[in-house]
Amino acid sequence: MTLDAKIPAGPIEQKWEKHRFDLKLVNPANKRKFSILVVGSGLAGGAASATLAELGYDVKCFCYQDSPRRAHSIAAQGGINAAKNYQNDGDSIRRLFYDTVKGGDFRSREGNVYRLAQVSVEIIDQCVAQGVPFAREYGGHLANRSFGGAQVSRTFYARGQTGQQLLLGAYQALSRQIARGKVKMYPRTEMLDLVVHEGRARGIVVRDLVTGEVRSETGDAVVLATGGYSNVFFLSTNAKGCNTTAIWRAHRRGALFANPCYTQIHPTCIPVSGDYQSKLTLMSESLRNDGRIWVPDDAGDERKPGDIPAEDRDYYLERKYPAFGNLVPRDIASRAAKEVCDAGRGVGPGGRGVYLDFADAIRRLGRKAIEERYGNLFEMYERITDENPYEVPMRIYPAPHYTMGGLWVDYNLMSNVPGLYVVGEANFSDHGANRLGASALMQGLADGYFVLPYTIGDYLARHMGEGPLPTDHAAFGQVEEEVRERVRRLLTIDGSRTVDSFHRELGQICWDKCGMSRDRESLREALRILPELRERYWAEVKVGGDGEELNQSLERAGRVADFLELAELMCLDALDREESCGTHFRTEYQTPEGEALRRDDEYAYVAAWEHGGESEDPVLHKETLDFENVALSQRSYK
Amino acid sequence: MRLKLQIWRQPGPDSAGRLVDYELADVSPDMSFLEMLDVLNEGLIEKGEEPVAFDHDCREGICGTCGMFINGQAHGPRARTTTCQLHMRSFRDGDTIRIEPWRARAFPVIRDLVVDRSPFDRIIQSGGFISVNTGSAPEANITPVPKDVAELAMDAAECIGCGACVAQCPNGAAQLFTAAKVSHLNVLPQGRAERDRRVLAMVRAMEESFGSCTNYAECEAVCPKGISIDFIARMNRDFLKAALTEGEGGSR
Amino acid sequence: MLSRLYRSALGLKALMAVSGIVLFGFVLVHMAGNLKLYLGPEAINHYGEWLREVGTPFLPPSGLLWVARVVLLASVLVHIVAAWKLTWLNRAARPQDYVGRDVVQATYAARTMRWGGVIILLFVLYHLADLTFGWVNPDFVPGDVYHNMVAGFSVWWVSAFYMLAQVALAFHLYHGLWSLFQSLGWNHPALNPWRRRFAATFAIVVAAGNLSFPLAVLSGLVS
Ligand SMILES: Cc1cc2nc3c(=O)[nH]c(=O)nc-3n(C[C@H](O)[C@H](O)[C@H](O)COP(=O)(O)OP(=O)(O)OC[C@H]3O[C@@H](n4cnc5c(N)ncnc54)[C@H](O)[C@@H]3O)c2cc1C
Ligand code: HEM
Ligand code: HEM
Ligand code: SF4
Ligand code: F3S
Ligand code: FES
Repeated sequence: MTLDAKIPAGPIEQKWEKHRFDLKLVNPANKRKFSILVVGSGLAGGAASATLAELGYDVKCFCYQDSPRRAHSIAAQGGINAAKNYQNDGDSIRRLFYDTVKGGDFRSREGNVYRLAQVSVEIIDQCVAQGVPFAREYGGHLANRSFGGAQVSRTFYARGQTGQQLLLGAYQALSRQIARGKVKMYPRTEMLDLVVHEGRARGIVVRDLVTGEVRSETGDAVVLATGGYSNVFFLSTNAKGCNTTAIWRAHRRGALFANPCYTQIHPTCIPVSGDYQSKLTLMSESLRNDGRIWVPDDAGDERKPGDIPAEDRDYYLERKYPAFGNLVPRDIASRAAKEVCDAGRGVGPGGRGVYLDFADAIRRLGRKAIEERYGNLFEMYERITDENPYEVPMRIYPAPHYTMGGLWVDYNLMSNVPGLYVVGEANFSDHGANRLGASALMQGLADGYFVLPYTIGDYLARHMGEGPLPTDHAAFGQVEEEVRERVRRLLTIDGSRTVDSFHRELGQICWDKCGMSRDRESLREALRILPELRERYWAEVKVGGDGEELNQSLERAGRVADFLELAELMCLDALDREESCGTHFRTEYQTPEGEALRRDDEYAYVAAWEHGGESEDPVLHKETLDFENVALSQRSYK
Repeated sequence: MRLKLQIWRQPGPDSAGRLVDYELADVSPDMSFLEMLDVLNEGLIEKGEEPVAFDHDCREGICGTCGMFINGQAHGPRARTTTCQLHMRSFRDGDTIRIEPWRARAFPVIRDLVVDRSPFDRIIQSGGFISVNTGSAPEANITPVPKDVAELAMDAAECIGCGACVAQCPNGAAQLFTAAKVSHLNVLPQGRAERDRRVLAMVRAMEESFGSCTNYAECEAVCPKGISIDFIARMNRDFLKAALTEGEGGSR
Repeated sequence: MLSRLYRSALGLKALMAVSGIVLFGFVLVHMAGNLKLYLGPEAINHYGEWLREVGTPFLPPSGLLWVARVVLLASVLVHIVAAWKLTWLNRAARPQDYVGRDVVQATYAARTMRWGGVIILLFVLYHLADLTFGWVNPDFVPGDVYHNMVAGFSVWWVSAFYMLAQVALAFHLYHGLWSLFQSLGWNHPALNPWRRRFAATFAIVVAAGNLSFPLAVLSGLVS
């Protein structure tokens, strides 16, 4: 198999425009003859469904929540980037492009990233017109802040609820199309498999989560917008329902899975408080603008934080990175926290935490200013921990947050399976080995509003007049039967351990062996124990209830079964990539100062894995990354 | 701590339900309410009993999926807090906690504590949007929006669509939810063109399923986002203005 | 236009509010007029007469009074029909009730609007039979308002019932006079703090005035 990314030729500034001209169009009268299945109603799926319907296509949209408005995108806090240069501080499309490629540690595709930077500008226009209440200046113009260590202010935000407001914008556009009858919405419906016939994606098999009915849905094209897979770690900042099932099942049907080992660990989350913990809560990165991170100098210092004098504190980020200090990128901040905790200097229960201290900022700016900036975050922190961050320093610890890996797609966002498109966090996309803050929302909306609606027409135009495959076709029947059989199997094992207990165990393995830093030994070890765990799962799990009803334990059981398989591929990919880059930190490959050591000669490629079937190993395909517009360099934040 | 739980169990939409008693020991005050239920469910599954079904997703108070009626209050005793953000330290050792689903004709029970809130989606579909197709938007800064207007719109837009307002309202009214959405869009210059049509259509959709408002203000008290009933007044004004000036029509 | 209001719950509430304002205007003026009781029989009897004659000769005798009565009656009808419809609508919105639902911040007054309304209605019916038609008045003399009042209120349970009704009215007004601002959409940051005070003040003024009459008779202050 050769991977053709289909990046248009020509100067990078003109690629997208030229490509749009070259794409085949579907004439307006014919658009309604095509039906498109969109799985997912987050920023990517919601925006895509609404826009495709506006164009005239018939759309069916699916999500597992009770309403499309609840997709996980709603949780994003910080903001969305766009190269508007409203602040006149030297931002430009080219700078956003450059920052994103560099931030991703030179493991993303130039062509895609440049396009992302180009359309970022239109996203803001669109969202404002939809009524997204972005923050404003007194003059009534849009406000910006600098975010995630960027040196320009290009982040647009709506209080601490940017994701919510953007998603509501997309949801409202979607609702308008639902009312027009152009989108048929299927909430509480989970995609459990992809139907591929004669090499093309022809539909999906879903389960109605309320009645348990398993049925087929057919369409001229299938779009997966099902989000990321951070929940492979069990504890993450993602919503409980986030899963890999849709993309994993598509992978098993032939779609390549790219860079599964690129998983981002966010440095500022509230630490684990006990073994009942079900998820981790992100505290916005903006806290690092004023908070100072430290741990005691000595392991086992039991004093209260307030009693530890300055000379016994180690402000380790400021010490190691004097230029960026507490504002170093996420991967670096996370790793540094892990290091000090591994050295026994962590604070709080279990020693898994570091202080994020606002005492100096309060002294400098006054409590009121801090309250204005972070009041709602402090409140949230207090609600969860029962500690008052105005008086005692916050405790934070890194947590799995975002996955750069995902299904491989070409410039058109189509996977290697014709007719199967993947958008948003679900694809491997534009962030390389590390995503910058406020860029995921941008990418999801770029894909959904401005890229996919163009590129999908090109594919459809080529299949004009063919019509969707009827759901009583044998291809559907067979997949449906396989799905039913799997459900049956899960229900009949009737072992002794709950789904969650397996999921926790899986998460712990991934976190220990394939978390913030990895090495050959631990990854090999993981690859030895994961298949065992999978076997035990299929022998000992206890699901309960039956399939023809709302059965949340069964929903989780299917998702965990897929996570178990994905985890192996993730570790395999991590083992295979013998370099460090971005979030992928192999301890064997570091500079003398302990920073990630890339090996561009050998690893400047996208690792796209082909499923090997039940018994064969996955097959690696490489898409070489060419850098014509940015010079490869070592990231430095000293 | 040790707790007694009385939980509404109902196998399906058409079956009868009842409160069932459970005992739970070793509850940590640092657990969230949903984690406490997780622990209960793990035990039930191990014993071969059916776990309690409840909706949840983000578990950080933003998606609006969770929601149950805890000791007579939507989302429990803590103000401005969703069920998922409620922690067990809000209760005391030995407490009895009664947990019921949201109750309203418009929100039929699907199973145990899970209800169907789709009428909220229908209200939005009726007019809770600004009609602008992708690509047809003007430059974002072309229409300045005064800061206080943007803030006001944001106050309203914070609604997470959880349904607690309906659940607590003695009349089962969705006034606060609808008012929040109408106001969010109606106060912005971008939403002005469809202002009348929007409010008429959304009020109509609301009234198809929900009770009316006697201005009890219970909704505001339990709303996890603290949405103010001032928005209800605002919606009423917009509605009256539209109803008294415009002809029939009103829907799209 | 009116029919659109009538068909919508929000519209019904607006109609309730407007009719409530008319009714409130009446009870306020009525209370103030009745204060003439303290100026002696002449004053109040004369006031009764004046009511009947005001507007003449341009209008037939009692003309303006009849206009007022029609407006009043219409308001009462609108108010009650709307209350009735909304009450049933709201009942139907929650067919299965909670095992327990706490009251979080709703006032006692808000929660008793329906019962309060019924008490007021019963009161008005009795009141008309008592002081307007004299059917239940122990010693009714047409035209002698002063005498009729003293006669009625001298019976302790009549006074008690009157007083109970005034308390119910006070509660009804305490919520209603605030609520109507919401229903009609009269909210403004500058106005909002005054809405509650307005409602409380007038609820107390009307109730205090009205309560004073039976008390004055019972205590012998007026006889
Ligand atoms: C706490 C938090 C804060 C963040 N803050 C920021 C930020 O400030 N800025 C930023 O740019 N990014 C941020 N991110 C990242 C960003 O929110 C996500 O990457 C992005 O929203 C993903 O959008 P999406 O549309 O791809 O997927 P999602 O929003 O996750 O949507 C997935 C959709 O797919 C559906 N789905 C999933 N599986 C199935 C299935 N099997 N069958 C049917 N439907 C399915 C779901 O129902 C849902 O509708 C944050 C993430 C988190 C967790
Ligand atoms: C002097 C007599 C009365 C006055 C001054 C009065 C005044 C008011 C006012 C101002 C309101 C608030 C309207 C709103 O919220 O917009 C109200 C509400 C109400 N009134 Fe009256 N009213 C009177 C008599 C009655 C009677 C006789 C009944 C019933 C038989 C009644 C039943 C109600 C009810 C049920 C409400 C609440 C309606 C709702 O919000 O659902 N009232 N009243
Ligand atoms: C204790 C307080 C009250 C006193 C002393 C009082 C006294 C009277 C008297 C003396 C009359 C007859 C006037 C006449 O025939 O010339 C009257 C009429 C009337 N009262 Fe009252 N009243 C009181 C409270 C109320 C209240 C609270 C209401 C309404 C809720 C009310 C409604 C009426 C009405 C509708 C009439 C008939 C008016 C008409 O002739 O059309 N009264 N009242
Ligand atoms: S108004 Fe408040 S209580 Fe009602 S749905 Fe919105 S957030 Fe929930
Ligand atoms: S509680 Fe109900 S009555 Fe109105 S003010 Fe809130 S909707
Ligand atoms: S689970 Fe999302 S708000 Fe509670």
